[in-house]
Amino acid sequence: MTELTKSTSVAGDATAPAKGANAEAEPAIARVTQWGEIRHRFLANKLAVVGLGLVLLLFLTALFAPLLAPHDPYAQDLTNTLQDPGSGHLLGTDALGRDQLSRIIYGTRIAVVIGLASIFLACLIGIVIGALAGYFGRATDSVLMRIADVFFAFPLLIGAIVIIIVMGRGIMPVIISLAIFSWPTVSRLLRSSILSVREADYVLAARALGADTRRIIVRHIIPNSIAAVMAYAAFSVGGAIVAEASLSFLGVGVSPEVPEWGNMLAAAKDFMGVKDFLWTYPSIAIVLTVLGFVFVGDGLRDALDPKLR
Amino acid sequence: MAEFDKKDDAVDATPGISEVDVVEAATETAAVAAIEAPVDRGEPILQVRNLVKHFPLTQGILFKKQIGAVRAVDGVSFDLHQGETLGIVGESGCGKSTVAKLLMLLETATSGEVFYKGQDITKLSGRALKAVRRNIQMVFQDPYTSLNPRMTVGDIIGEPFEIHPEVAPKGDRRRKVQELLDVVGLNPEYINRYPHQFSGGQRQRIGIARGLALQPEIIICDEPVSALDVSVQAQVINLMAKLQDEFNLSYIFIAHDLSIVRHISDRVGVMYLGRMAEIGSDEQIYEHPTHPYTQALLSAVPVPDPEAREGRERIILTGDVPSPANPPSGCRFRTRCWKAEERCSTEEPVLAIPTRFQGVNTPAAHESACHFAEEKAVLAI
Amino acid sequence: MTTSSITAEVPRQRGGDAEAPVLEVRDLHVEFATREGVVKAVNGVNYSVSSGETLAVLGESGSGKSVTAQAIMGILDSPPGRVSKGEILFRGEDILKLPESERRKLRGPKMAMIFQDALSALNPVYSVGNQLGEMFRVHQGMSKKDAKAKAIDLMERVKIPAARSRVNDYPHQFSGGMRQRIMIAMALALEPDLIIADEPTTALDVTVQAQVMDLLADLQREYNMGLILITHDLGVVADVADKIAVMYAGRIVEQAPVHELYKRPAHPYTRGLLDSIPRLDQKGQELYAIKGLPPNLLKAPSGCAFNPRCPKAQDICRTEVPALLPVTERDGTELAGRGSACHFREEQLHG
Repeated sequence: MTELTKSTSVAGDATAPAKGANAEAEPAIARVTQWGEIRHRFLANKLAVVGLGLVLLLFLTALFAPLLAPHDPYAQDLTNTLQDPGSGHLLGTDALGRDQLSRIIYGTRIAVVIGLASIFLACLIGIVIGALAGYFGRATDSVLMRIADVFFAFPLLIGAIVIIIVMGRGIMPVIISLAIFSWPTVSRLLRSSILSVREADYVLAARALGADTRRIIVRHIIPNSIAAVMAYAAFSVGGAIVAEASLSFLGVGVSPEVPEWGNMLAAAKDFMGVKDFLWTYPSIAIVLTVLGFVFVGDGLRDALDPKLR
Repeated sequence: MAEFDKKDDAVDATPGISEVDVVEAATETAAVAAIEAPVDRGEPILQVRNLVKHFPLTQGILFKKQIGAVRAVDGVSFDLHQGETLGIVGESGCGKSTVAKLLMLLETATSGEVFYKGQDITKLSGRALKAVRRNIQMVFQDPYTSLNPRMTVGDIIGEPFEIHPEVAPKGDRRRKVQELLDVVGLNPEYINRYPHQFSGGQRQRIGIARGLALQPEIIICDEPVSALDVSVQAQVINLMAKLQDEFNLSYIFIAHDLSIVRHISDRVGVMYLGRMAEIGSDEQIYEHPTHPYTQALLSAVPVPDPEAREGRERIILTGDVPSPANPPSGCRFRTRCWKAEERCSTEEPVLAIPTRFQGVNTPAAHESACHFAEEKAVLAI
Repeated sequence: MTTSSITAEVPRQRGGDAEAPVLEVRDLHVEFATREGVVKAVNGVNYSVSSGETLAVLGESGSGKSVTAQAIMGILDSPPGRVSKGEILFRGEDILKLPESERRKLRGPKMAMIFQDALSALNPVYSVGNQLGEMFRVHQGMSKKDAKAKAIDLMERVKIPAARSRVNDYPHQFSGGMRQRIMIAMALALEPDLIIADEPTTALDVTVQAQVMDLLADLQREYNMGLILITHDLGVVADVADKIAVMYAGRIVEQAPVHELYKRPAHPYTRGLLDSIPRLDQKGQELYAIKGLPPNLLKAPSGCAFNPRCPKAQDICRTEVPALLPVTERDGTELAGRGSACHFREEQLHG
């Protein structure tokens, strides 16, 4: 069936563009831009749309947190500790009497900042190294990929803890340590994708025209191999958020007074089985966020694949 | 051939990376001047001499050891004259696609020379190389993979102008692209569309338009119609013939389809296992073949006419083409040849006019690499 | 080979007698649901093939020739594909009505298929002998040892040299031609009544093509099987077929015994195809080219699907779909086995 669908888009007559049959068929074809088509295919995927909704919700919550939060997330109220969810505090209060809902709402800010920044940084490193390895191959490839392997093999949490111990606690060290251990996957993906694109006939055609290396990489190789990286990036923002929460949970992430989901879980662990609402709501926030990014990543991967057209 | 090409040292062949400017500015200017000089019709424009391409076979992961070589092209010589079409036929693995890539300088030749207007282009770099690239262009086999799926038709056909800005001033490019679309029979309004919105035949027209953009003198066509539907093949073949007249092009037309090659070619070369077995005018090759391989090849072609078929003698070869990594000694065709004798395994036949036909005015007097070259009419005419 | 049971669609042979065809396809319709809409890939195809007979189905990509074959074999990708109408009679029984488990039992012992790309049709992780033997183990419950002996036997039958020593080799160790022979051996293993070969030689070199086609023809004669040969190559067809069905846009546009089709085509599409291929034995000037492109099946042209490309199209061609009707000699006698779906079939045939 592939031939069928491939040849359907343009119905015009090839030999005689001026012929009547051609003129008839002409206006019927809507001009589809590439991004238009990608958007169309992304939006046709129900899960991707759900994921996009969750991600947008996360971004909006982070942006408008001061407006949405009913209380100050830092404000302690020692007379009202460990309140069950109810009228005064919709999701209850923690051991220091801080409003859980407000802390979850403010927690989106840390999640968004760390998730996006660490993956952005990881992609930056990964794309440069992956592109160099994939395009130049041979010794460059071997050396860069062995370096990537070392970072890939190092357990993320332990590595991150070491870096944070050296750099001190805070948002920046978390971002950097997450990025340092996430770039190898990006570079591997890009490298393998480049390896296949590099042999494509259209790259040969560009070389035959006399195109220089820069043009071949920028115009031909990157646009055709970046799709996998984009999809993976969206997908792994969720993973970065979980990792960030884990670091905070272990007490090496952001400082404990900061409203952050991992911190909330860490504080809740002493009350498991007693005050379960303390860990269920932050967990739900994490799960929804991760699912959102995973769905978006999957949707992007399908939408960006020109073969599925 | 695809397997061999893939394994190649693509990095070496990548322009701009490892090339050292060996040609000094003055000689480079002279080279460019030579390349831009016109050639008279019928004069040789491209002379290929003893072209060899061996792809090393390696073993081992860390320390790669060469254990042999695939002799994809193993000493091929021919001339291309200005304004003519030279067809090159052969079965898969005969090296015809590698020849195309060597002529396009997409692969580095192991040895041998390619003279374009007297310049050996295999050793060029820098400006002179770019000038050659302007003049020798290629049309690829697969219209689905030879166009960048993320570029519009306008960008694809306009890319040559971006690489060679001297050919068309910036403001003029869009108009030029539309002209080219018109020349290849596509609606100029398609300029903003993407390749996947076209059928195979239309994509091949786009590929041809890209090849024409720089007004080259030579176009190398590697199986340009074999991926197309029968009814569309004829359109593309006619287009190519029309363009040849219009722009005074010389074609090297590589294909496995003997009927199409005969239709479009003035001269035809038959390749077998990295060598040229026989070369001559289309009439000499098709009606007076003297090499047994050519005869077998011609007799095996299915003719779309059940009656013509019945009058023909068919030579059905046994076995498969031997591996180019380990070709037979002497004549490479001897393992499948019905005429093979002792001499064929020891003495390699040279591509020349067979002695028995030398000085005789007969169409059989053309170059054929066989010790026992003789005429045998295989087509019922 | 018999050429007697060629039936244009209209005077349909009644089943039941000894001359009944092995396979008869009646008014088959296949649709594919795609994002852009329903693609009508097959629109009412009728053909039949008898024992020992070769029917060539000729068409370009998108003509529906392969989809029809997949529907017969029951290997249609569904969804999105589905048989929306019609019957497929195998030995008189409509196999479309059978449950999947019954149809699976037909594939192998009763009907088998040969694909264009043998390398992807064979499983790369099993040896050739294992894959050939599997047919016997699964369908006939044979022991591993016997199955292997049978596999060697089959490989010899398709003339693979040194079969005994190569039985444990893997598909990638064979050349293209040898792999195609293995595919043929696999199809033949259980001596089916019908073989469908989908472009069996397209991927092969000319000299090897001839070997494989010859082998296929010999084996068909030996086993007296029905053969449906699907191809786009008018040359290959001329060699081996008894009768030809030419497909265009999901319909059969012309049906004829092989010699007659080449001598006197009765449909402008067939004529155009014949004229557009260059001939080895003659060098013409410009090639005749059918103008335009194969139709978009999402919105096929009204009337005859070929009308936008047809040099002879009249008003009626744009409004009325021509039926596949018998063609007659000038004096009115019907030509046996011939049919054409053209409003002007007689003019095309005689003029």
